[in-house]
Amino acid sequence: MTGIDVARIRADFPILKRTVRDGKPLIYLDSAATSQKPVEVLDAERTFYETSNAAAHRGAHQLAEEATAAYEASRARVGGFVGVEAENIIFTKNASESLNLAAYAFSNATALARWGTPVDPRFELNPGNSVVVTEMEHHANLIPWQEVCAKTGASLRWLPLTDSGRLDLADLDDLIDTSTKVVSVVHQSNILGTINPVAEIMARAHAVGAVGVVDACQSIPHMPVDVRALGADLVAWGGHKMLGPTGIGLLYGTSEILQAMPPFLTGGSMIATVEMERSTYAAAPQKFEAGVPMVAQAVGLGAAVAYLEKLGMAEVAAHEQELTAYSLMALSGIPGVRIIGPTETVDRGSAISFVVEGIHPHDVGQVLDNMGIAVRVGHHCAWPTCRRFGVPATTRISPYIYNDQRDIDALVEAIAHAQHFFKVAS
Amino acid sequence: MSLEALYQDIIIDHYKNPRGRGLLEFPLGTAFHVNPTCGDEVNLQVAAAADGGLLIGYEGTGCSISQASASVLYELVQGRQVTEAENIRRAFVELMHSQGHGEPDEAVLGDGIAFVGVAKYPARIKCALLPWMAFQDAEIKGGLMLETNSDGE
Ligand SMILES: Cc1ncc(COP(=O)(O)O)c(C=O)c1O
Repeated sequence: MTGIDVARIRADFPILKRTVRDGKPLIYLDSAATSQKPVEVLDAERTFYETSNAAAHRGAHQLAEEATAAYEASRARVGGFVGVEAENIIFTKNASESLNLAAYAFSNATALARWGTPVDPRFELNPGNSVVVTEMEHHANLIPWQEVCAKTGASLRWLPLTDSGRLDLADLDDLIDTSTKVVSVVHQSNILGTINPVAEIMARAHAVGAVGVVDACQSIPHMPVDVRALGADLVAWGGHKMLGPTGIGLLYGTSEILQAMPPFLTGGSMIATVEMERSTYAAAPQKFEAGVPMVAQAVGLGAAVAYLEKLGMAEVAAHEQELTAYSLMALSGIPGVRIIGPTETVDRGSAISFVVEGIHPHDVGQVLDNMGIAVRVGHHCAWPTCRRFGVPATTRISPYIYNDQRDIDALVEAIAHAQHFFKVAS
Repeated sequence: MSLEALYQDIIIDHYKNPRGRGLLEFPLGTAFHVNPTCGDEVNLQVAAAADGGLLIGYEGTGCSISQASASVLYELVQGRQVTEAENIRRAFVELMHSQGHGEPDEAVLGDGIAFVGVAKYPARIKCALLPWMAFQDAEIKGGLMLETNSDGE
């Protein structure tokens, strides 16, 4: 038993009371796609709109002051949650935008340098340079780098995987070499559940002078993460997988890197001075936040962080470890079920992918859905990872704070039902 | 809706025993379509016999709905004239957009009527339509149909 009281937590999530598919109680096992939101988060957004709504960082009236204060308080709260200063936190639309912000620093700097604008040479890429990712990246941390390579002539390399779903670091020092200018790796895989030794990889990146980026979308919502200890220059994650609203993402950057990086989106609110021919930019984080920001979402996210802090991230992680161990055991006990990813709980999160022999994941998902169980089926935006394991798609469960063993028991029963329905041996 | 209503026996039968699966030796047009949200794949080929009747070849991987739909397509369209096949294709597309209220004509759609329940599940409609989209595309590529004739499905 951990300090997480699932019944009490569930009471805070209005959506978990609803039924689906002709009256079946909802069993939500898709939190890696997006988490549900406690009433505190919904109330915070609503209260903001009802009392203080105005454009943050624009105007000097009282509401604008209050909106700005609320927005900045959330920044500080999120920073504190991961152990950093507010000024090192940039608000974006989602994690994909955060990762694009990082990637565009390289293609923008390369383009600017070509026409004579001085840039920090760390961001300038040329043919002969390399960008290193892993074979388990979410598309959001793969395609932006493919684009960077296409625009600059740099080549893309990746750290391969072992059959058990871990990173194969045997050739780490060859793959990350003096040609490497950026290394971007996922902390916890959304498809395999693997937790990667990112500090070791970041250390290697820095040893060759490369910029280090970490995609922490699936780790920060689920365990205590001291962002500085990851050793990265930039860390991206999103709000909606950690009980927060959609429409808000995060990027942590060291003060040094944020100052050196060119901006991504440009326009209002991110400037220092503007003339017809040229402009100068505000210091970070404003430099990276063009336009009227998503204040209500930031406020909602602040409430989500407060909720998680109240539970305690160590407790959250312990609860998930317990549930992961139970799920791994339950799933491996079903004949015909194969887990794609690590089968033991060491360095592993709660997202578990599996295939059921003889039944396509879409059909597995349909049977589960029919029984009220929401899981994700498909390639989980990690198509190359599926290919690596020779499967077109998987079924994935991703339990969170509001799930318990009964949800896993229901899942096991539903898988057996699917095997019976599709008449495959079980 | 019950699982049995979605996965009618006919669908399961076509999935487990696909009709006419395999590729053509001399295709006129080939179209490879994937459903990017789930990775279902269908490679569909068309050719015309001496009498103008369509020859269909296909392969694919994916869920029961997408693969059974390819098998049903083969059964319905193989040997038909292009215009007849187009009427069947349109009837199937219409059924898929009926939100489950369609009253399919078995004389036109044969085993295709078993897909009526699929139309209630927006996420699965794409699976069912996948081979039919590939079919239309293969006909266009093979010069059997003009692009302007397509209804943009
Ligand atoms: C590991 C990982 N990286 C990146 C993302 C992208 O997040 P978003 O779609 O919210 O931008 C996700 C989730 O979708 C993810 O799981």
